[in-house]
Amino acid sequence: MSTTAIKPQPVPYGRRIKRFMADRPLVPLIILLVILVVILQILRPGIVNERWIANTIKFAIPLAILAGCQTMTMLTGGIDLSVGTVATMSAFIMATQIVNQDPAIALLLAMMPAVLIGLVNGVGVGVFRVHPLIMTLGTSLIGTGCLQVYQRTVIASGAKIPDFLNWLGTGVTWGFPNALLLFVPLAALIVFTLARTGFGRLLYAVGDNERATRLSGVQYWQVITALYITSSVLAGITGLLYIGLIKAPSLSLAEPLVLPSVAAAVIGGTSIFGGRGGYTGTIIGALILTVLTTLLTILQMPEGARRILFGLIVLFVTAAYLRIVEER
Amino acid sequence: MTANPLLDASGVAKNYGAVAALRNASLSVLPGEVHALMGANGAGKSTLVKILTGAISANAGRILIRGEARDIRSPAAARRAGLLPVYQEPSLIPDLDVLSNLRLTGTPVEPFRAWVRELGIPDLDLRDTARDIPLAILRVLDLARALAVEPDVLLLDEMTAALPANLAEKVLEVVRRQGDSGRAVIFISHRFVEIAALCDRATVLRDGATVGVVDIEPGVEEKIVELMLGTRIVKTHVAARTAAQKAAPAPARPRLAVRNLRVGTKLSDVSFDLADGEVAGVVALEGQGQDELFAALAGSIKPSGGTIEVDGQPAKFSHPIDAIRAGIAYVPGDRSEALAMQRSVRENIALPFSAALRNWGPIRMRRERATVLSAIQRLQIDTRAQGEVQRLSGGNQQKVTIARWIAADARTILCFDPTRGIDVGTKQEIYKLLRELAGHGKSVLFYTSELEEVQRVCDRVIVIFGGRLVDIFPVEEADEPALMRAAYGLPRGAKADIGILADPSANPSDSTSANASDAPEAAP
Repeated sequence: MSTTAIKPQPVPYGRRIKRFMADRPLVPLIILLVILVVILQILRPGIVNERWIANTIKFAIPLAILAGCQTMTMLTGGIDLSVGTVATMSAFIMATQIVNQDPAIALLLAMMPAVLIGLVNGVGVGVFRVHPLIMTLGTSLIGTGCLQVYQRTVIASGAKIPDFLNWLGTGVTWGFPNALLLFVPLAALIVFTLARTGFGRLLYAVGDNERATRLSGVQYWQVITALYITSSVLAGITGLLYIGLIKAPSLSLAEPLVLPSVAAAVIGGTSIFGGRGGYTGTIIGALILTVLTTLLTILQMPEGARRILFGLIVLFVTAAYLRIVEER
Repeated sequence: MTANPLLDASGVAKNYGAVAALRNASLSVLPGEVHALMGANGAGKSTLVKILTGAISANAGRILIRGEARDIRSPAAARRAGLLPVYQEPSLIPDLDVLSNLRLTGTPVEPFRAWVRELGIPDLDLRDTARDIPLAILRVLDLARALAVEPDVLLLDEMTAALPANLAEKVLEVVRRQGDSGRAVIFISHRFVEIAALCDRATVLRDGATVGVVDIEPGVEEKIVELMLGTRIVKTHVAARTAAQKAAPAPARPRLAVRNLRVGTKLSDVSFDLADGEVAGVVALEGQGQDELFAALAGSIKPSGGTIEVDGQPAKFSHPIDAIRAGIAYVPGDRSEALAMQRSVRENIALPFSAALRNWGPIRMRRERATVLSAIQRLQIDTRAQGEVQRLSGGNQQKVTIARWIAADARTILCFDPTRGIDVGTKQEIYKLLRELAGHGKSVLFYTSELEEVQRVCDRVIVIFGGRLVDIFPVEEADEPALMRAAYGLPRGAKADIGILADPSANPSDSTSANASDAPEAAP
């Protein structure tokens, strides 16, 4: 289908912008983010200051990590709906076990359900070929159930937030949220993995054409199992970070983040059908959603109207973004 | 030029990003003619067809149907305008039975049945699920479905590719009659014999523009090839293998020894050897078990009986990785089966490198780049649209599927019909490449649906019929008539007169002296 390259001669202005955007899909996202911040500043002059920025980043980070789970699973054509439960479990177990356990052991106990659920997800999707949506929804329900049972056994022991999580979740040093200490290396690792490692390549390739990867010698179940375990472990880490931020362990701690995490990945340009996308877009997607939430909060609308608006904006942004980026 | 054209397209252009797939294409089809649309890979045939049938929209151009300007925005609009395509890929929905598929498109059933019988399939059950019907039959059903609604202009894209000769013959007959009845057919094919026998005129595309419209008459092939290739070199002959090369001392043990291989009911009792440094051809009509043979050797399916030995060691393949570890690579006939279409050329070629668990870590980009580049150069892949493999032409995509295994340095390559639906120039390159591989001591198993390729490429030919290996020919005896006879399961030496050559105009006098170099060629 190839042939001659077009010479850079008078192309309509709109098309040129469009092509520029298509080549750099991050640009429209960043523009959108800036626009949102500007609107916010206009509505509440002075709101955008150092503290607000630090706060926004703090709240965007847990969402961005969970959206990273969605990005990676979506690249293979999957999804991980169990991240909310996994995060909640690790947070809750951490908060209750730290009361009478050594921090290291508490950490170990907290991450155990994450690894286990990831393994079950991976085997279910990779070996038994259960659809990821069903598989992760199922393990998510089972996890929630287990957590309820667990809650009764520890109801007497009480809960507390370990200091180091508190520091990591809420602390700010020289204007920078401490959570960045965790997030920056983590994000760099995810970006590097997706772009420059064999595993990352395989995620894209499997999502694009599973048969082709099989013929190239790729064992699907290995990739998928490793993927869902990674995703779950990331969700577990998010849970620990999130409890340091929210400071109130509950049985539905991270649940409200699940669907926004999917939305952040989609807004960030990752295709839910697999094979396309990346993590940098997702991070900006998470920032956009967080700023949007603030924006809707200060509008002082009734909760219902706020949700309607949120949904509409997410739909609109995603549709518009796909139109801009995919030149057809 | 006296009659008004049924279809008249001019100045059609289409860009994909920075790549111009069509620059200035025109096509004019008169009532009652079979019009060939020709061009090398990437010349823009497929794009033009898609535009004419409403699958994609053009950036520029004018399309007149019966003299009226029409804006064909969707396949439905093309259909209403009387333009109906039959694409290379079967279009029946796999999970529905044939009857439901017909209802879906509002195709009248009785005419469809009549056409199916006419096309040489007497025993089709309309209740069969499309998924269970062999590819060749599906394509014929597509054609019958198109014929049943009596379109003014029928567009056939590589209609006879992958069809066994008996079906192809019927198809060509029916197409010819379409022309005679005052309708028009646009016929896209790489096979000159078919075009010579069938078409009245040909429009030739090159690099996205129409470079000529020629009347089909004896000797026009030269002109068409010239037009198609422009200034490029028309043809490089595959160097004839010398006797010395052939008489290389037989190795002590074969690279691959297949014994009594059985796969379900499709393949039984197949035994043969494949030596290092040889290209062994496999010839079979559609669906004779060759798919299963290749899949079993590639580790895609488990054989139900028999043994495969690699270098004298018995091997059991339960996943393609096992075969790949043994140095056996499989290049499937269907490119969409082998390529991650949204990924880059580089990633597609490097895909096998990352497959094993121990290679999941950081990629050594520089080394990978060097390996991939050398494979790209060796196969001369056109990398102008390398960001996404789906933007490459079919021939270049096919090269990528092969380049992958060149880069991985596989010792044995199983090539399943690698030249299906690609242009003459690329075919020549692939022939040459396969010979080179053999020259470097690799072994190649090469299934082809085009018999003339056998003598260009192979050292030996294995013929399969009805799931059984019926004969193994040395290449000297493997002329087309002999192969065709064997492919039909007739014993060697029988002189029965069977009219099965794809060329209906040619005399089926296939008992002429077997002169190896006289086999008809794609580009005379």
